[in-house]
Amino acid sequence: MEEKNFICTACPMGCKLIVRMEGDEVVKILGHRCRKGETYGRQEAIAPQRMLASTVKVPNGFHPLLPVYTKGSIPKQRISEVLEKIRAVEVTAPIKAEDVIIPNVIGTGVDVIASRDMPAKN
Amino acid sequence: MLIKKQYDVVVIGSGPGGLAAAIEAKKGGADDVLVIERDVELGGILLQCIHNGFGLQTFKEDLPGPEYAQRYINEARTLGITFLMDTMVMDVTSQRKLYLTSQDFGYIEVDAHAIVLAMGCRERTRAQVRLPGYRPNGVFTAGTAQRWVNVEGYMPGNNFVVLGSGDIGMIMARRLTFEGAHVERVLEIQSYLSGLSRNYVQCLDDWGIPLQLQHTVKRILGKNRVEAIEAVAVDDKWNFIPGSEEIIPCDTLLLSVGLIPENELSKKAGVLLDPVTGGPFVDEHFQTNVPGIFAAGNVVHVYDLVDWVSLAGAEAGRSAAEFALAEKERSARYIPLVPGKNVRYIVPHKLDKKALEKGDISLQMRVTKPIEEDVWMEVHGEENSIVRRSERYVRPGEMVTIVLKPKMAAEVEKAGRLTVDIYPKSEA
Repeated sequence: MEEKNFICTACPMGCKLIVRMEGDEVVKILGHRCRKGETYGRQEAIAPQRMLASTVKVPNGFHPLLPVYTKGSIPKQRISEVLEKIRAVEVTAPIKAEDVIIPNVIGTGVDVIASRDMPAKN
Repeated sequence: MLIKKQYDVVVIGSGPGGLAAAIEAKKGGADDVLVIERDVELGGILLQCIHNGFGLQTFKEDLPGPEYAQRYINEARTLGITFLMDTMVMDVTSQRKLYLTSQDFGYIEVDAHAIVLAMGCRERTRAQVRLPGYRPNGVFTAGTAQRWVNVEGYMPGNNFVVLGSGDIGMIMARRLTFEGAHVERVLEIQSYLSGLSRNYVQCLDDWGIPLQLQHTVKRILGKNRVEAIEAVAVDDKWNFIPGSEEIIPCDTLLLSVGLIPENELSKKAGVLLDPVTGGPFVDEHFQTNVPGIFAAGNVVHVYDLVDWVSLAGAEAGRSAAEFALAEKERSARYIPLVPGKNVRYIVPHKLDKKALEKGDISLQMRVTKPIEEDVWMEVHGEENSIVRRSERYVRPGEMVTIVLKPKMAAEVEKAGRLTVDIYPKSEA
């Protein structure tokens, strides 16, 4: 049996998780204090996921950058690919918070959406 | 937009504390709520905190900072709160008078029945942690770098060392990595992480950025631009351990070495500060020692979660509205006494309408010019005469009085202010 140790990032409490593995199977999770922690531990042991936040260019915007984020978690190992997609995007103001900027980014099933309203430059 | 002379509640700052305070003040019955913001948009520092992790308690969602702010901004806008942007508060008095300068309105004075201080906090700088060495370009606080990278679109450098394991420092280490920079290392003088452990996991560990505990910067090298820093290990008392020095080449040093509540204005208003937190002493409603001046959020003490800041702001806003309404009711009972024809001044300057029910009130005054013949002394409201009596003459050197009696209470009640005129009977 293999044991993996994680610090849960599902909330700011930062519980120390112990995940017992039998090959690729999670057998037991210890140290969590809520269901989210259990889900996190299981996921982290098999295929870690993260939310991602970055910015896209908005040349006519009130600010030159629009903050964006993934509406859900994406596989950790694909973050660089998603960042590359995000970096290539240029949008036009006005934008509303939660407007979809990149739908289903690189087939993850997760949308990249706007983090705020962005009016156009006066 | 018209700026009023008097507001029920004035909130200084539109970060999470200020927005929550303004919203709850309005919902708590304060009619005129004014939010003053020195930046050109609402939201405060949340706008540059583009990472997620906000709102897990408040919204049961994992939101980035701007989105968390947006929800409060949207709510505040629907409530009919007045916002004064691009405006600096220059001074606040214990009498709750504010002096402002604004791009659009110039110099303004505003009175408030209650004030909520929500100025947030400021980062410790190089000077405050006493870092020796040259003073080249390339030494920034983590928050400054955050503003540049996330809002304004500038990269502060290519090769970074971060001093301090505060949350902003770790978050910026990841952010800069995303933007193609190299983050060499994070140094922390204490034997433990100063930020949240989830940020260590997501920001440093995920990206292979080493954290060295019990290490600090001994000196900064480079004359015009940072060329390297000399790192050193420290013991439990933060003494450098000789022989542990290491030169780390880099072009930028970010400082994430703590936050200090920003209370320059609070001091001007006579608000007493706790030397431990750096913020005002407050009661359970976040009222400071100055009645009617409340404080909420990072201006009181530095929080690690925005959800708590919003809760504190809401409590301060509710309490400020309650105070303002009581104060408004109290001040509405008062009417001013205005010197009219040939009257230089009147004492008292104002009177409580209810006080007349308890007994006589003597109005004492002096005239502007002598009148050497029979005069009328008359007290009147805007539309009604209240009392009139005669004197054989009046002279500036001799104080004169006229008495308001309880039987006049009904007439006084109708008046918004009382004027006293003194004039010759021949002109009546």
